[in-house]
Amino acid sequence: MTPLTEIVLLTLKVSGIALGLATIVGVPLGALLGLSQFRGRSFIVGLVYTGMGLPPVVVGLAVYMTLSRSGPLGDLSMLFTPAAMIAAQVVIALPLIAGISMAAVDGLDQAIRLQLRSLGTSPTQELFSMLLEARLGVLAGIVAGFGGIISEVGAAILVGGNIQGKTRILSTAIVLETRRGNFGLGLALGGVLLSLAFVVNFLLMRLEARWRWRRR
Amino acid sequence: MAPTIAPLYSLYGIRKRYGEGFRLDIERLDIPRNGVFAILGPNGAGKSSLLRILHFLEPVEAGELHFSEQRIDYPAPLKLRRRIAMVFQKPVMLSGSVRRNLTFGMRVRKQWHPERFESLLKELDLGGLVNAPARTLSGGEAQRVALARALATRPEILLLDEPTANLDPYNIRLIEHIIKRITHQEGTSTILVTHDVFQVRRLADHAAFMVGGQLVEMGAVDDFFNNPKDPRTVAYLTGELVG
Repeated sequence: MTPLTEIVLLTLKVSGIALGLATIVGVPLGALLGLSQFRGRSFIVGLVYTGMGLPPVVVGLAVYMTLSRSGPLGDLSMLFTPAAMIAAQVVIALPLIAGISMAAVDGLDQAIRLQLRSLGTSPTQELFSMLLEARLGVLAGIVAGFGGIISEVGAAILVGGNIQGKTRILSTAIVLETRRGNFGLGLALGGVLLSLAFVVNFLLMRLEARWRWRRR
Repeated sequence: MAPTIAPLYSLYGIRKRYGEGFRLDIERLDIPRNGVFAILGPNGAGKSSLLRILHFLEPVEAGELHFSEQRIDYPAPLKLRRRIAMVFQKPVMLSGSVRRNLTFGMRVRKQWHPERFESLLKELDLGGLVNAPARTLSGGEAQRVALARALATRPEILLLDEPTANLDPYNIRLIEHIIKRITHQEGTSTILVTHDVFQVRRLADHAAFMVGGQLVEMGAVDDFFNNPKDPRTVAYLTGELVG
């Protein structure tokens, strides 16, 4: 396997797993926040919206301190591993996915919710049915989450360390090659990263187009 | 002496405010089991709000709601909610096909009644629409789908909120025909909210009149039309502005 293939595969693996985990947690969390009224909701919504603008480097620092030997999860020895990079990327993508899913569900006509209840949905069925109705907005959240992590570099360098063959991904490799003055290679890696992001977004958009037709 | 049949619903001192001005305030109401119970009244009388409360879709601020002589507090048990179906004034179509809409209630209950599905398609003339996107239907088609969707799970109680408002005679005839059939052949208890005095005469066994969030009077349909007691009921039935 060439070093470039290795880097591309690791990029896809780290961001794919992080996106999957953030989606599994973020989408239902966003739906719950969008559908429920409880004391402290606006505080949590404020936290989620703040999280949507978290600088990756700050997330990287927080995850670094948590996973470092003297940190609360130091015993896990996760620092400078792909697992640490996944953890940081989950923290970056989660608020984006939860926040946009919440807005998508919250923006649905409340008559749909009443109709679902009237058709006999349980609270869980109601939640997932509302998500299904808001799926285009939810997908936009997943796309935003993917965009937020595939190209981020601050957290990946801090917690991954950019170790060749172990934690080097496309964005960190670009930083390295630019520092070395290999601008041509840096640009080429940038092109690969952009192409990768385009292919994933294209597939997600194909899915959206199919859903948009079905939503009619 | 014939045994008395317990009412389907009994409402005691039900109160709820909606926004600034409107308040639902029903001191006492018994809705009989079986047959069609019609609720008449002008716009803003509180008829639709009452239907949502009877479907346990929203809580009340004060009072007690009894169903089959049992007090039910909000939120009502899912099992009970699933015995009731409602057709809203503006039919809300879920995304996807007409088929998805029609089978939704069965799927959430993990039941499948193909013969019921087929007979509703035929009876409500929906056969040609089954694969159409539900949100592209005309008003009359959507209302027929909404009724078929509500009936697909064989509800014991059917709540209808202006089911034929703004529909053409063909759709009105189809919908009224099925209301009569399910009420008299399947024993469904139907509660019908409408403006249409003539529809109440055609369909209902009992009728009630509401105005300003309050119940004015109710009775067996012949008595209600032949001997209305409240001057507001008389005024409404003779086409005067009330409310």
